[in-house]
Amino acid sequence: MTLRGRIAVVLWLAFITVCATLVSRAHFTADLSAFLPRAPTAEQQLLVDQLKSGIASRLILIGIEGGTAAQRSQASRALAEKLRTDPQFLHAANGETTSLERDQQVLFDNRYQLSPAVSPALFTVEGLEAAVADSIDQLASSTGLLGKRLFPHDPTGEFMHILDSLGGGSQPRTRDGVWVSRDDQRALLLVRTQAEGSDTDGQERALHAIRSAFEASAPASLQLVMTGPGPFSVEARDSIKQEVARLSGLGVLIIMSLLLLVYRSPRALFLGLLPVLSGALAGIAAVSLGFGTIHGVTLGFGTALIGEAVDYSIYLFMQSEHTRPIAGEPETRWIRTYWPTIRIGVFTSVFGFASLLFSGFPGLAQLGLYAVAGLTTAALVTRFVLPHLLPGNLHIRDVTALGNRLQGWRQPLTRLRWPLFGLFLAAIAIVTLHREPIWNQELSALSPVSSADQALDASMRADMGAPDVRYLVVVTAADMQAALAASERISQPLRKLVDAGVIADFEGPATYLPSMAMQQQRLASLPNPVTLRLRFQAAIAHLPLRPGQVEAFFSDVEAARQRTPLQREDIEGTSLAQGLDALLVKTGTRWAALMPLRAPAAAAEIDADTLRTALAASGVADVYFVDLKGESDRLYTGYLREAILLSLVGLLAIAAVLFAATRSAARVVRIVMPLAMAVVVVVAGLVLAGQALTILHLVGMLLIVAVGSNYALFFDQDNIASRTLAALLLAVTTTVAGFGLLGFSSVPVLNAIGTTVGPGAILALLFSAILARRT
Amino acid sequence: MTSSCRPLFRVCLLAGWLVLFSPALQAAPLSIAQLMTTLARQPQAAATFTEKKTLAMLEQPLESSGELLYTAPNRLEKRTLKPRAETMVLDGDTLTLSRGRRQHVLQLQDYPEVAGMVESIRATLAGDRHALERFYTLALSGEMEAWTLQLVPIDPRVGKLIARIQVAGGGNEVRSVEVLQVDGDRSLMRITPTGAQ
Repeated sequence: MTLRGRIAVVLWLAFITVCATLVSRAHFTADLSAFLPRAPTAEQQLLVDQLKSGIASRLILIGIEGGTAAQRSQASRALAEKLRTDPQFLHAANGETTSLERDQQVLFDNRYQLSPAVSPALFTVEGLEAAVADSIDQLASSTGLLGKRLFPHDPTGEFMHILDSLGGGSQPRTRDGVWVSRDDQRALLLVRTQAEGSDTDGQERALHAIRSAFEASAPASLQLVMTGPGPFSVEARDSIKQEVARLSGLGVLIIMSLLLLVYRSPRALFLGLLPVLSGALAGIAAVSLGFGTIHGVTLGFGTALIGEAVDYSIYLFMQSEHTRPIAGEPETRWIRTYWPTIRIGVFTSVFGFASLLFSGFPGLAQLGLYAVAGLTTAALVTRFVLPHLLPGNLHIRDVTALGNRLQGWRQPLTRLRWPLFGLFLAAIAIVTLHREPIWNQELSALSPVSSADQALDASMRADMGAPDVRYLVVVTAADMQAALAASERISQPLRKLVDAGVIADFEGPATYLPSMAMQQQRLASLPNPVTLRLRFQAAIAHLPLRPGQVEAFFSDVEAARQRTPLQREDIEGTSLAQGLDALLVKTGTRWAALMPLRAPAAAAEIDADTLRTALAASGVADVYFVDLKGESDRLYTGYLREAILLSLVGLLAIAAVLFAATRSAARVVRIVMPLAMAVVVVVAGLVLAGQALTILHLVGMLLIVAVGSNYALFFDQDNIASRTLAALLLAVTTTVAGFGLLGFSSVPVLNAIGTTVGPGAILALLFSAILARRT
Repeated sequence: MTSSCRPLFRVCLLAGWLVLFSPALQAAPLSIAQLMTTLARQPQAAATFTEKKTLAMLEQPLESSGELLYTAPNRLEKRTLKPRAETMVLDGDTLTLSRGRRQHVLQLQDYPEVAGMVESIRATLAGDRHALERFYTLALSGEMEAWTLQLVPIDPRVGKLIARIQVAGGGNEVRSVEVLQVDGDRSLMRITPTGAQ
């Protein structure tokens, strides 16, 4: 080996070691993070926060199925008890009311701070008279027997007011004291994890804890089912990992068998895979460095890129007798004759994918970075390292005969020129005349969750009475108290909107714990004992209440006057704390109060303009109205528009590279034409098959152009050697083996790439041959 | 009640009358088992009620009125119309209270005293002796056309509030429920059947 060769090999080994280290430390994820914007607007940031760490993202719905009803409820109790002691879970609910007594004690003791009805007006003679008359009416009601005991302490009904403001909402059905589905075939639990929804590793640990707690206590006849953002992302990651392992394993096997058949040397085969492996390592390492975590989709895409990267070494080996240095000539003939063509091919691919780097859609940017880093590395290794490692006595199978036969087919193929134009026009007609939009406009199209799991989730949610949170008012502030106070100020315009029928209902953290300022204000409205007695006396003058019944009220009010406002730690362990923690969250250095809104009817939408106007008029700063579904769909259509634009830029970049290399517009058109035709025909095929196209199909189209440009470039040469033809056939076969297999994936995003690139690569080669210059 | 249920209801009424006028049964003293069997045949009942509560705290009794709706085996709806509209639905072991736009859902096992109270009416209507005996010792007097069932709490949590409950009726109809509380307060609910509706 020459000195230059030795240096190249050492540098390469060092590079590989660094990459391998980076890859071993990389984190893989399959959650929504790939679909969240890199530079979000304020509303998008709120959406992102909600999706990554919001109330909904940490929820896990658990169902226990099978066995008898008694076994299910027993298992539910055992599981909930175990999970309640596990710090991984913020709370675990199964319908049992564990903190009821403490809840009631806290609410009752602090009723004058917590009741929204407490104000100076309540303690006037008129206010007291109205409130006491109301309480007497309540004594006549069904709960009168219970209310009677509270009356001497609470004749104005503050405890009831607090219970009213907390509301019940719709509750799941119960049986034996635990939640069950409506058909009573499944016990239901709901847990909230400490780990954020986007922390897939943390979610996986939580799921594992649930599963082992269940298995430790439940009889074997019972099954556990779990849904929610956490279980979904863990499962998606597992299934992507599995599919990537299975399909890429199969792909590699096919490629290796093919290469072995042609190379007839395991050593050559091993060497031929070196650029690919180096490229894959470099790609993963680059994404890990650039993004922190690697998305499963990137991984799947990356393994398929093997098919493309292996082409470089195929072109090299198929010309192997040219690679041996000729005496007195430092550059081998291979490098002189073939490398320039391959180099242009690499450039077109790299430039095409580089456009994706500018995407605001991290999933797409990851694919771009992976492709650029991976292909560049594979090409450099093929060019500068591999020739030095080739054994001198490498004799691969002579494919000249095959090449000659291919040569013989070229001439008849060119006669298909006009039928091809016909096919092209038909494909254009299919795409343009298609009645429905060919692009899928919903973010959920990219969801790796199977439709069976989505249906299970929907049914468990319906049973839990836990509808998706779609509308939120979010107000942020520098500290917790300021956020609470701001949410209280926002409540006033929101209450008006409830009265006006714009929204049905809303919730807020201050329901569970009013701000200290609000509590102080309420306590300050309590009159001194003398005044209170006098006013109360006057208030009951016309009521049937006997005198001397409410001594306990007077002493309780006096005690309340000495109280200090309730703090977060005072309500620890109560269901108030659970409610508060769900709606008051720290994001970064700021605190956000979340106020979920309910639309006036199940199917109705909330008028965003009315809401924003009302919020703006309130004068509270940093308050936003977010329609989570609307926002995410807008986000996705934004991505789609951007991706289409970037792909066009990528195409332009490819054309520019070709023009720089060929200096002839006519030749550029001749090279690009078959590729454009292949893309259009594939899209027409997908549309005919009823597929709605997603961003990943678009990536596939870009790949057709990137991969196909190599083929088109070879056909653009005046004379194409038989051996090169055979090499091209081998190259397209490996590409189809790599990408086409993804078409069998059940993960929608991988499937989209596979079904586009597999047929596309074959068509690109075929069309290039048909449109090649007649010789 | 839907039309498809109507014939069944008639059969049940008829069965009730047959029991009432059967000479053999009339002669023997009414047993709890017999009463429960008769009551259990009732698939559905609708009635109006007036309730009078006498409380030591207040100078005059409180009156309320409304409708009762029972569907076998375990759904009881009490719709108070006066003095203030309020609906209480007991379904299985879930109690739902609605007042205006507000709704509260309680689990009976969390509120044993409430469970005792509501079960006295529902289990009587259902002829569910087992449910009644979970909370009370039963004593029956009278005959089929005019019986009185006295319930004395066993459960100490119920006993803390309620001294005894007296349910009176004739045949498979419940006509009044009187609750005597430990502190001397009492309530009397009179029930007038409105038949099938």
